[in-house]
Amino acid sequence: MKPRTKFLIGGGLVLGLAGYLMASSIKETGVYYLTPGELATKIQADPTFANSGVKVGARVVPGSIRRDPGGKQYSFQVTDGSKTMPVVYRGIAPDTFTDSVDVVVAGRMGTDGTFHATELLAKCASRYENAPDKYKETPGYKAGARRA
Amino acid sequence: MILIGELSLWVALLMAAWSMTVSYAGGASRRLDLVDSGVRGLYATFAMVLLASIGLWTALLSRDFSLEYVAGHISASMPSAYVFTAFWSGQAGSMLFWALILSMYGTIAIATSRARNQELVPWATGTLSAILLFFIATTVFKANPFIRLPFTPLDGRGMNPQLQNPGMAFHPPNLYLGYVATAIPFAFAIAALFAKRLDAEWLGVVRRWALLSWFFLTIGIVLGMWWAYVELGWGGYWAWDPVENSSFLPWLTTTAFLHSIMIQEKRGMLRKWNVVLVVVSFLLAIFGTFITRSGVIESVHSFAQSPVGPWFATFFVLSTGISIYLVGIRLRDLEAKAELESMVSREAAFLYNNLVLCGIAFAVLWGTVFPLLSEWAGKSKITVGPPFFNAVNIPLGLLLLALTGIGPLIAWRKASVSNLRRQFAMPAWTGVAVGVALFAAGMRNVSALIAYVLCGFVAGTIIQEFYKGIRARQAIHGESVITGFVHLVARNRRRYGGYIVHAGIVMLFAAFAGLAFRSEHDISLKAGESFTTNDPYGHSWRFVSQGVSFYNRVDRDVVAVGLEAFRDGKRLGIITSEKRQYVDAQRNPLFNPITEVGIRTTSKLDTYIVLAGIRDREVAELRVTFNPLVVWVWAGGVLMVIGGVIVMWPQAERRRQQGGYAAVMPPAQPADELPVPV
Repeated sequence: MKPRTKFLIGGGLVLGLAGYLMASSIKETGVYYLTPGELATKIQADPTFANSGVKVGARVVPGSIRRDPGGKQYSFQVTDGSKTMPVVYRGIAPDTFTDSVDVVVAGRMGTDGTFHATELLAKCASRYENAPDKYKETPGYKAGARRA
Repeated sequence: MILIGELSLWVALLMAAWSMTVSYAGGASRRLDLVDSGVRGLYATFAMVLLASIGLWTALLSRDFSLEYVAGHISASMPSAYVFTAFWSGQAGSMLFWALILSMYGTIAIATSRARNQELVPWATGTLSAILLFFIATTVFKANPFIRLPFTPLDGRGMNPQLQNPGMAFHPPNLYLGYVATAIPFAFAIAALFAKRLDAEWLGVVRRWALLSWFFLTIGIVLGMWWAYVELGWGGYWAWDPVENSSFLPWLTTTAFLHSIMIQEKRGMLRKWNVVLVVVSFLLAIFGTFITRSGVIESVHSFAQSPVGPWFATFFVLSTGISIYLVGIRLRDLEAKAELESMVSREAAFLYNNLVLCGIAFAVLWGTVFPLLSEWAGKSKITVGPPFFNAVNIPLGLLLLALTGIGPLIAWRKASVSNLRRQFAMPAWTGVAVGVALFAAGMRNVSALIAYVLCGFVAGTIIQEFYKGIRARQAIHGESVITGFVHLVARNRRRYGGYIVHAGIVMLFAAFAGLAFRSEHDISLKAGESFTTNDPYGHSWRFVSQGVSFYNRVDRDVVAVGLEAFRDGKRLGIITSEKRQYVDAQRNPLFNPITEVGIRTTSKLDTYIVLAGIRDREVAELRVTFNPLVVWVWAGGVLMVIGGVIVMWPQAERRRQQGGYAAVMPPAQPADELPVPV
C-alpha cells in the first residue's frame, strides 16, 4: 500500500472519529431553544414534550422577581411579548439578573405550568454597550437612559 | 482636533478606494507608476486613519460629551487610563481601531517586503486597501464615533466597572491585533494567486505575519480567560460561548498553518492546503466579528446588536467567493512537489496535527452555528453547550497532545526503528511513570489519567531535546549549562522557541485535566458559623464566617464577607469576597451590582469564594469552589507568549541558514536532493 493511501485511511479514521463524536454528542446534549410561546405550542401538541429539558429565552417581567426568604430560590415571570410563563429557579443568580433583562433559563416545564429552571443566564443590554436600537423603542428605556 | 479627525476619516475612505483601484489596475497592466501611487495611497490611508484616531482619543481625554460615543462610554470621574482604553470598548471605536491596526500593519508589511516581493506588492496593496475600504466605510456610514448628540450632557454614562480591570483593558486590543494580522497573510495569499507567483516568495512574509497573529491571539485569549475567572465569578475561565469560540477558531487554523508551512518549506508539499489555511483564518476572523457584532447567535456577551451585521455578512460572502474562485483557477499551479514517503515520518505527524487542529476548528464552528443551522433546516432552534464541546474536543485534544510530542522528534521522510527508539524511549517511560504514580495515588478518571500520561510524554520529549542540545554545546564549545542553554535557544530560535510554546501547551493540558476534579459547595453562614469539607486532594478544609459587613466608598457601596480558612486544622488566613454596587456622585446606582471574588491561589489549588447574596442582613450565601491547578493555565499562557517572542525575534541574516528550519525557502528542487536533517 502506498503511504499516501495509508495516510488517507488514517485521516479518514480521525475525521470519522470527529464526525462520530459530533453526531453522537449533538444527539445527547443538544437542547431545544424556544420562546415561551413556542414551548406552550409544543407541549399542547405533544404533552410528553414537557419531560424533555429545554432552554427558554425571554425577558423578565418587571417587578415579578420574588426571592424566597428561606433559601436561594427565585420565582419570577418571563415573557416573549405574547406568552408569559412563571419560572422557579434554585441557585445563585448572576449579577445581571434584574427586571427587564433578557434571560435564558434551562430546565423543564412542570405539570403545574411553572418552568423549573436549573440554570439561569442573564444578559444585560447595557452591560458592555449602549442599548441596541430596537430596545430604544420599548417603553421604559428612555426613563432608564435618562437616569443612567 | 476632533473636527480634523472626523474629516480625516472621510479622506481615508477616498484614499483607500483610490489605493485599491490603482493598485489592482497597476497589477493588471504592469504599470509601475500606478503601483507606486497605490502604495502611497495605502500609506496615506494609514496617516488619515491615525489622525482620525488621534481625534477620537482627543475627544475622549478632553471628555467632550457632545459626542455620542464619548458620552456613552466614559464619565468625568473615570481614571484617564480607562478613558484611553474606552477607545475600543464600544462598537464604533473598535471599528476605527480595527482600521487603524490594519492600515498600520499594511503599511509595515508593504514597506518591508516591497523590495523582495515586487510582483506581489500591487495585488497585496490592492487587497489590503479593499479590506480597509470596507472597515472605513462601515465606520463612516454605520458606526461613526464622531456623531454628535443634539445636546451636551453634563456627564457621560461611564464604563461598566467590570470592564475597569487591567485584563479587560488589554484583552480586546490584543485580540484585535491578532484578528487583524490574519489580513496580511490573506492579502499576500490573494496576491500570490492573482500574480501566479506561488513558489517561495510569498511564504516568508506570510509566515512572519501569521506568527504575529498567533502571538496576539494567544495573549488576547489567555487575558480574556483570566478576566472572566477573576471578575465574573462563575468559577471557570472558558464556557464555549460563541464569542469565545470565535476567537479560538482563527487561533486553531493559524496554529495549523504555522505547522504545515514547515512541510512546504522542507518538502514542497501541502501547497494548496497552506493557501487554504491562510484564507480560512482570515475568513474566520471576519466571521467571528460578524457573529459577535450582529447578534445572530445567542451569547452571554452582549455586544450592541447593530446595523454593521449585514455589512459584515456581505463582506464575508464576497471574500469567500473571491477566495474560492482564485484558489480554483490556480489549483494546477499548486500541485505538491513531493509525495508522502512513509506513515512513520515527520510529514505524516504534521499532517495529522493539521487534521486534528482543523477537526477541532470544524467541531467548534459547527457547535457555534448549530442553533442557526437547526433553525434553517426547518426545525426548532437547538443549542449545544459545554457538554458537546467537551465530548468532541477532549479526545481530539488528547490526540493533538500526543502529536505535540511525536511531531518534532520523528525523522523526516521515513523514520527508522533506531530513530524511534533513540528519540522516544525516555519520554515514553516518563509518561508511563507519571501514569503509574497518579494511579497509585488514587486517580481513577480515565481522561485525566490519559492526559497526564501524555503530558509526561511530551514534557519528556522537550526536556530530552534541551538536554541533548546543551550536552552537544558543552562537548563542542565547552560551555556551562546556562550559557549552553542561552546559546542553544538563541541560535535556533524557531526550533527551541517552538519547544517552549509546547511546554506551555503541556501546562495548559495539565491544568485542563485538573478541571475533572473541581468541586463546588453552596453554603449559608451566619457570623461564627463554620463549614467543613474536603478538597480534591483529600485535605480537610474549615471555613469560619467573620460575619457580614456593609460599608460605603466614594464610588461604591460594598457588602463583604470574610471567611477564615483552615486546612487540616492550620489557619491560612481570611478570604474576603464582596458584592459591589458602583454609584454616581448622587449615589444613584450605576450598572448592576458586581461580584468581587475571593481567590486563594497555590500551585496545586485555587480556593474560589463567591458571595451570592445576603439574607436578613446577617446570613451570607456563598459558593465555595475548589479549582485544582488553575494557576498553570496562566503559567502556560505566559510560557507560550515567551516562546512566541523567541520565535519571532528577528535573526541576523547570516544566521538564517543555520536555524532549526531554513527561514528562507530553498528554490524548488527534486525531493531526493534535499538534505535530510537529523
